Amino acid sequence: MLRVMIALIPGLAAYIWFFGWGITVNIAFAVTVAVAAEAVMLSLRKRPILPFLSDCSAIVTAILLAFAIPPLAPWWVTFIGVLFAIIIAKHLYGGLGYNPFNPAMVGYVVLLISFPREMTSWIPTLNFLPQELSFAQHAAFIFTGQLPAGLTIDALTEATPLDTLKTNLGLGNTVSEIKSQLGLDEATSMLLSVIPIFGLFGGKGWEWINVGFLLGGLWLIYKKVIGWQIPVALLGSLSAMSVLFYIFNPDQYASPAFHLFSGATMLAAFFIATDPVTAATSPTGRLIYGAGIGILMYIIRAWGGYPDSVAFAVLLMNMTVPIIDYYFKPRVFGRNGD
Amino acid sequence: MLAAIMVLSALAVIFGLLLGFAAVRFKVEGDPLVDKIDAQLPQTQCGQCSYPGCRPYAEAIAKGEADINQCPPGGETTIMALADLLDRDPKPLNPENGVPQEKTVAVIDESRCIGCTLCIQACPVDAILGAAKHMHTVIASECTGCDLCVEPCPVDCIDMAPIEQDILTWKWPYPENRLEKAS
Amino acid sequence: MSRETGATRRLWKFHGGVHPPQHKEISTTLPVSAARMPARLVLPLHQHIGEPAEPTVAKGEKVLKGQMIARPQGYVSAPVHAPTSGTIADIGDYPVPHPSGLSAACMVIEPDGEECWMERQPIEDYTTLPPSELRNLIREAGIVGLGGAGFPAYIKYNPGHQKAIQTLILNGVECEPFITCDDMLMREAPGDIIGGLRVIQHALQARECLIAIEDNKPQAIAALRQAVAGYDDIEVVEVPTLYPQGSEKQLIKVLTGKEVPADGLALNIGVVCANVGTAAAVHRAINRGEPLISRYVTITGSAVGAPRNLDVLLGTPMRDLIEECDGDLGRIERLIMGGPMMGFALHRHDLPVIKTTNCILAATAKDLPPQRPELPCIRCGACADVCPVNLLPQQLYWYSKHHNLDKVQEYDLFDCIECGCCSYVCPSNIPLVQYFRYAKGDIWTQEREKEKSDIARRRHEFRQLRIEREKAERLAKRNRKKSALKADTAMAERDKKKAEIQAAIARTQARRQAAMKEAEKRRKSFGKEARGPMDETPQQPDNASDNERKE
Repeated sequence: MLRVMIALIPGLAAYIWFFGWGITVNIAFAVTVAVAAEAVMLSLRKRPILPFLSDCSAIVTAILLAFAIPPLAPWWVTFIGVLFAIIIAKHLYGGLGYNPFNPAMVGYVVLLISFPREMTSWIPTLNFLPQELSFAQHAAFIFTGQLPAGLTIDALTEATPLDTLKTNLGLGNTVSEIKSQLGLDEATSMLLSVIPIFGLFGGKGWEWINVGFLLGGLWLIYKKVIGWQIPVALLGSLSAMSVLFYIFNPDQYASPAFHLFSGATMLAAFFIATDPVTAATSPTGRLIYGAGIGILMYIIRAWGGYPDSVAFAVLLMNMTVPIIDYYFKPRVFGRNGD
Repeated sequence: MLAAIMVLSALAVIFGLLLGFAAVRFKVEGDPLVDKIDAQLPQTQCGQCSYPGCRPYAEAIAKGEADINQCPPGGETTIMALADLLDRDPKPLNPENGVPQEKTVAVIDESRCIGCTLCIQACPVDAILGAAKHMHTVIASECTGCDLCVEPCPVDCIDMAPIEQDILTWKWPYPENRLEKAS
Repeated sequence: MSRETGATRRLWKFHGGVHPPQHKEISTTLPVSAARMPARLVLPLHQHIGEPAEPTVAKGEKVLKGQMIARPQGYVSAPVHAPTSGTIADIGDYPVPHPSGLSAACMVIEPDGEECWMERQPIEDYTTLPPSELRNLIREAGIVGLGGAGFPAYIKYNPGHQKAIQTLILNGVECEPFITCDDMLMREAPGDIIGGLRVIQHALQARECLIAIEDNKPQAIAALRQAVAGYDDIEVVEVPTLYPQGSEKQLIKVLTGKEVPADGLALNIGVVCANVGTAAAVHRAINRGEPLISRYVTITGSAVGAPRNLDVLLGTPMRDLIEECDGDLGRIERLIMGGPMMGFALHRHDLPVIKTTNCILAATAKDLPPQRPELPCIRCGACADVCPVNLLPQQLYWYSKHHNLDKVQEYDLFDCIECGCCSYVCPSNIPLVQYFRYAKGDIWTQEREKEKSDIARRRHEFRQLRIEREKAERLAKRNRKKSALKADTAMAERDKKKAEIQAAIARTQARRQAAMKEAEKRRKSFGKEARGPMDETPQQPDNASDNERKE
């Protein structure tokens, strides 16, 4: 688990670069709440606390959830999400190893459907903020709602690229039209005072965060902390779907690169979907599980009601794990795959 | 409104006929349920369930007269198997019927046996050998450990001895988990 | 260097496997020597797979070295021979090396120190004997698989009506850490191994022979390569080190690419596999007329001062061997027979060496770190990645832990070879193999009980039937008798008789009711059934007297 945390560092660095220090406040707070909740639940369940806390699974859950929460979300959003993830999604099912659903994603979905406004008010990349916030200012806003003088929350928040794209497509614009307005270089965008959503190849800013997670994920595969099956299948099926529809109608569907390098794609592929407890467990099963998440992610992004789709895709595939594991057992030595 | 009622009635009639036909067409001979229940019982024939043997108990369960938790020799395993078979909730063994005990085998103290044949008549599986006024002996491999022979013996020469474990019947124990045990 | 035989043989791979630390070098520095004669030899009658042997000599009898003292019972069984001359001091239950720590039937020999052999009958030319005769001699010599399992060897050398045996594989892989007895045997007695190999090859009429040795034993490879020089049909194959390559099915896959069917034997695919130690034992049995009475045993571990291999008489107490190798009994934290992966812990030091004792590992915490607390399974799948049978240990664990015996069989529990790779890699320290052994034992027990209850049911049903029949017969007899009486007895007499009968019936009925009441009190309604025939016993004397009268 420690190496999972190390592998998150490149992504985190990119995140801080583009969106400021809010994420660190969220992570620190989420981890504190998660460890406390874990300790309380362990003692309520009469389990020895230290050996179980030292597996760090609660910390990883908290960090992943913090990544999914907007940097300016108030503290109670994080608080509720983490508590729900640790207490209900994890311990009420029997604790580590027994939870059928990914706790971080359960926490995220609960927040998303309970507090849609807080959960979709992201901030634009730092260059487009009227004023960059310091760590202390972030913390002050998250915990007290106080902004530095002269700033309003509306000036600070902005939908994510995937969200913006979805909204604009919904208004009947084509991708190229949207791109001509929102895909300009920074100087022009500033001049026109629009916030661009397209970067070099993915979502503005998000593309580099995704690259960070990709690097960390590749390192995890190299270190054999995670298997290659789920990330490869997930990214493969997501690419396949997006290539297919991009060729079919590039005006309605974003490019494969945009899908791969926007939102939480890489975080999902290497860090969320690979949670071993809730993923399929046989090698073939993992390929199917990963591919299922990739396809569902694309379907929800392209035609669903939510801009990003990792949590729903992962939770839906979590449900299918028992049946995948049952039907995709490896061929046992000396047996002819009966 | 009328149409809806008629449609629904027609559907009810059709399905009723279908079910009726299926009941006749796919009727199963005999009562396999009793056999299935009987197959789950340990066949000690001890009567602790308050029925005279395993099969009568199986019949009573099938008829719904007896509960599934009345068999102490079968213990939890049998209860679980019956619950599974009959799609009922498992419940703890009814203490009125006794408590599960170590598996035992009847042993006749041959020096005290007077050859009265009472135990032979009591044995539900004919596992005692002997003739009148001759010493009796238990065929240990056939004995179910029901202890029905103990009471009729007028000289108290039958004991129920626990079955000793040997290397051939030994099995690996369930691994102990220190962390779970700590709770 | 290793490819001096020319053409490189293609090798295949099996799934998974692990590379545990070897620890082999510590016990290969000293040459093998014969172990000291102990004060008593304890020989279990059950040192093999199958039925235990049956003693053929009595307590107090004198026996000669190599004399059969217990004969096999049944087909799958093996005899036991006296490892030295002496007196049978006892026949009875003694503690044996077994994971249960239980005792079992053993014969105890007090050596007389004479080492007086029985008359040995070496075979001059084994090629003149038919294979069945050779197999019989191997059976008589008490040879079982010395690699670990102890399956009677002669059975494996019987291809029966199977197709011809293509390949005979000698297994010198010895993949388990710490164990070096096969390594030392190959270094020191390659001639014996090849001698036995030729005999087995003849018994099987096998076309080619492969001797597989892992590349961590260069000296053994060199010794055997030298010994097979000149034989065209024997090849020494160097295989890359990988645990559990020494497992028969995995080794066959590596060498031939063929998989032994899960529910079949190596014979089914034309392959027979034998351990190098077994081959050496066959050589001694056929070419020297000496039965299996000793074997190489590795005595190793940090609690042993001079770890080495000894040529040990079967029945020698392990404590003697540990002491002979400067071992410190007090320092031993775990005494293991076999290696750290597949061996089992022994409960005491004075257990005898048996035919399957390849290694005595007197381990301290340095050799085997204590079992760390078991954490929850996170289904990471590391176990499935290393499973040489390609099972899903995480699923098997889940169902074994929760006693779901049907499901574990669905996940092919019985294909598990208990190699311990899964436990070795588990990041949560779960003793997976222990769970699988437990589940297997539970299933076997359940099957035994099921069998027993089926017998009990049949016997009970038969008894019910018999009671019914006897009742019916008695009734018929009485009816016959009644009508006979009616014919030749005067009316008055008949009335008198009737009254008597009525009285008797009333009496019995009253008695029966009393008995029934009491029975019910005691045993609820079952008493009625159980005591049914008893109630009728008082009537029997009447019947009997009637019969006499009739005659």
